[in-house]
Amino acid sequence: MIPEFEKFKGFSAKTLPKDEIVAPGHRACQGCGEMLALRMAMKALGKDIIVANATGCMEIVTSPFPQTAWTVPWLHVAFENAATVASGIEAARKVLARKGKIPKKHIDIVAVGGDGATGDIGIQWISGAFERGHDMVYICLDNEAYMNTGVQRSGCTPYGAMTTTTPPGKESFGQVTWKKNVPAIMAAHGIPYVATASPAYYVDLMNKVKKAALVKGPAYVHIYSPCPTGWGSPGEKSIEIARLVVETRVVPLYEVIEGKYILSRKINKPKPVTDYLKTQRRFKHLKEEQLAYIQKRVDEEYDRIVKLSEMD
Amino acid sequence: MSKRVGVEVSIAVADAVKLARAEVISAYPITPQTHIVEHLSDVVANGELDAEYVPVESEHAAMSCCLGASAAGARTFTSSSSQGLSLMSEILYHPGPMRLPVVMVVANRALAAPISIWNDHNDIMVQRDIGWIQTFAENGQEAVDLLLHAYRVAEDPKVSLPFIVNIDGFTLSHVIEPIILPDQEDVDAYIPSFKPHVKLDPKKPVTMGPVGIPEVYTEAKVAHEMALRASKKVIIQGWKEFAGKFGRQYNPIETYRMDDAETVLVTMGSISETAMTAIDAMRDEGQKVGLLRIRLWRPFPGPEFRKAIGKTVKTLAVIDRTISTGASCGPVSAELRSILYKMPGRAPKIFGFVAGLGGRDVTVDTFREIVDKANLYAKKRPTDLYEVIGVREK
Ligand SMILES: Cc1ncc(C[n+]2csc(CCOP(=O)(O)OP(=O)(O)O)c2C)c(N)n1
Ligand code: SF4
Ligand SMILES: [Mg+2]
Repeated sequence: MIPEFEKFKGFSAKTLPKDEIVAPGHRACQGCGEMLALRMAMKALGKDIIVANATGCMEIVTSPFPQTAWTVPWLHVAFENAATVASGIEAARKVLARKGKIPKKHIDIVAVGGDGATGDIGIQWISGAFERGHDMVYICLDNEAYMNTGVQRSGCTPYGAMTTTTPPGKESFGQVTWKKNVPAIMAAHGIPYVATASPAYYVDLMNKVKKAALVKGPAYVHIYSPCPTGWGSPGEKSIEIARLVVETRVVPLYEVIEGKYILSRKINKPKPVTDYLKTQRRFKHLKEEQLAYIQKRVDEEYDRIVKLSEMD
Repeated sequence: MSKRVGVEVSIAVADAVKLARAEVISAYPITPQTHIVEHLSDVVANGELDAEYVPVESEHAAMSCCLGASAAGARTFTSSSSQGLSLMSEILYHPGPMRLPVVMVVANRALAAPISIWNDHNDIMVQRDIGWIQTFAENGQEAVDLLLHAYRVAEDPKVSLPFIVNIDGFTLSHVIEPIILPDQEDVDAYIPSFKPHVKLDPKKPVTMGPVGIPEVYTEAKVAHEMALRASKKVIIQGWKEFAGKFGRQYNPIETYRMDDAETVLVTMGSISETAMTAIDAMRDEGQKVGLLRIRLWRPFPGPEFRKAIGKTVKTLAVIDRTISTGASCGPVSAELRSILYKMPGRAPKIFGFVAGLGGRDVTVDTFREIVDKANLYAKKRPTDLYEVIGVREK
C-alpha cells in the first residue's frame, strides 16, 4: 500500500475547497466538460503547484495574453512535451532545494494535456518522464479528439465516431479503430498510480487527483471529458453524458495502485450503450451492425478490467 | 592555480560547464557531441558537480527539459548536433521570446541525407533564426572561454536570452589541445549566481508561454528581436571582463594580417586556423591577403564587420560550410552581402565559396584555390552565383 494514502480522508461534497485555481472568465465553450474536469482536478490540488500545460483547448482558452485564468504558476511550451517540461521543473526544484536556493517545501508538479497531447503526439515524452520516475502528476483530459484544431480524430476517438477526419460516407462509418487504451499504456510503465475518472463523479475524480499528487513518483489520471462542441451534444447535458458513459460501462472507473487494478464503481446493471451513443451527434449515423459490435466490445473490455481487478 | 593541460576539447568544454556550475543538464547522445555529455554524466555521478542530470529520450525532450528547468530558476545546459539539433528545432524557438537563458554547445555536423557524422555547418545554419545568441569557436581554449562567457551574458538581467556556442564536430570537439581551465573562484566571480527576473514559484504565480493573439504577437517578436540586438553590448562587455580576469581578449570579428590586405578570406569556426597558415604562406610569396573571422554570428555584428574591412580591401572571399540549396549563396555570404550593401563608399567585391561539407578536409591548398579564384573573378565575372570547392569530377 501507499503510505501517503493512509492520512488522506478524501473530499466530500460538503467540504469542497473554495479556491478557484482556474478562475472564471476563461473562454471555454458553454458546457465544456474538459474545463469542468480541469477545474475540479485543480481544486483537488490546491495552490501549491506548478502546472505545465500542453497545447490544446485548455491552454488556449485560459491564456490569451494579457489575460490569464491561472492563479498558480503555469507554463505552456508546446503540444507534445508537457511531461518533459514538468520533468525539467521537477529536476530544477530538486537541485535548487538541495543547494538551499528555494525552500524545501513540497510543491506538486502537474502536467496537463488533452488526449491528442497524451495518447498520440506526446506519448514518447510521457513515457520518458514516467520511466525516469519524476515526481509529477500527469492529467489527461480526454475529449476523444483534437478539439482545439477543429475536431479531428485522435487515437482516443471511439469506434464509429464522426470527426472532421473520420467523416462517415459511402465507404466509411466514421472512426474505424477502437479507442486506444492509454491508461493501460501508462500503467505498463510500472508507475505507482494510474486512475480513470469522470467529472460526473467529481468527488471520486478529486480524490484520485489528490492521491496522484500524494504518491511519490509519476502518477497518471485519465479523465473522460465531454465536449459539446466536438460531439454535437447539448452543453447542459455534459454531466449527464459523463454519468451515462460510466453507467453503460463504456468508460470504466478504476485505479491501478502499484500494478493492482481496483474498480472504483462496479456497474452491475449496465444500461445499453445506445443510451449513451444517442446523446451525441457524432454517433448518429451508426447502423445496427456497428451498434451491436460496440455493445459486444464494450462488454468484453469491461469484463477484462473486472478480471484484472479480481487478480491478486 | 589554473594550469595548461593537454585535453580533448569535449572534455574541457564539459569541465567548463562544471566550472560554470550548471544545475540541470539534460541531453541526448549524438556523435560528435557524446564526449561532452558523457563527461558531464561522470562529474555529476562523482559528486564533483551538484546538478541534476536528466537523461531524456530525445533531443526535443532535452530542450523541453532545459526550458522547464530554466523557467523554474535553474542554470541549465544541453548539447547536441545535426539530426538531434533538427529534432529540437520546434523548441529552439521558445526560450528566446520567453527570455530563458538556456546555454547549449552545438558540435557542428552535417545533416542527412546522406547521413554523415562529419563536420560542416548545415545543422546550425537551418537554425539560424531561432533568436539565440550564437558564437563560433576556433580552438579548444576558445571553446572553453566562450562557454563561460555564454553563461555570463545569457543570464545577465539586461540580456536574459539563450546562448549557443558552436564548436566544429571532430575537427575541434575531438582533438587534444593544450587548454587552460580557469580556477573555480575566478569563474564564480565572473559568472554570478542565476537570478531570474521571473520564475515559476507558487509564492508569486506567473503565466508563462501564453497565447499570442494578433494584437500582441508582433510586439512580442519585436521585443525579442530588440533584446537580441541590445545584447551585443553585454556580449562585448562580457569579453572585456573576461580579458580583465583571464587575460584572453575576444572580439565579435577577429582580423589577421589585414594591414594593406587586398583579398580577404572570411571564415567561421575551426578552419580559421588553417586559413591563417595559408595566409602566412601566401604573404611570404608577396600576396596581399588577410583574414576576417566571424566569432559572433548572432546578433550579427554588422558595424564591427564593416569597420574591420579596412580601406585597402578589394575582394572578399567568403567561405560557407553549408549549401543553402537553391539560394543565391550560402548564409554567411548572404549576411555579408546585405551588410556591405549599406557600406558607405565603395564596398569590396564579394564572392561566395562553399567548402568542407560533411567532413571534407579544408586544407591550406583549399584556401589558396579560393584566393586564386576570388582574384580571378575580381577581373572576370564568375558564371555561377557561388562555387563549391573541390567537387570531384569522377
Ligand atoms: C507539433 C504540433 N502539431 C500540431 C499542432 C496543432 N494542434 C494544436 S492543439 C491540437 C489538438 C489538441 O488535441 P488534444 O490534445 O486532444 O486537446 P484538446 O484540444 O482536444 O483539448 C493540434 C493538432 C501543434 N500545435 N503542434
Ligand atoms: S471545443 Fe470542446 S473541449 Fe474545447 S473548449 Fe469547446 S467544449 Fe471545451
Ligand atoms: Mg482532445
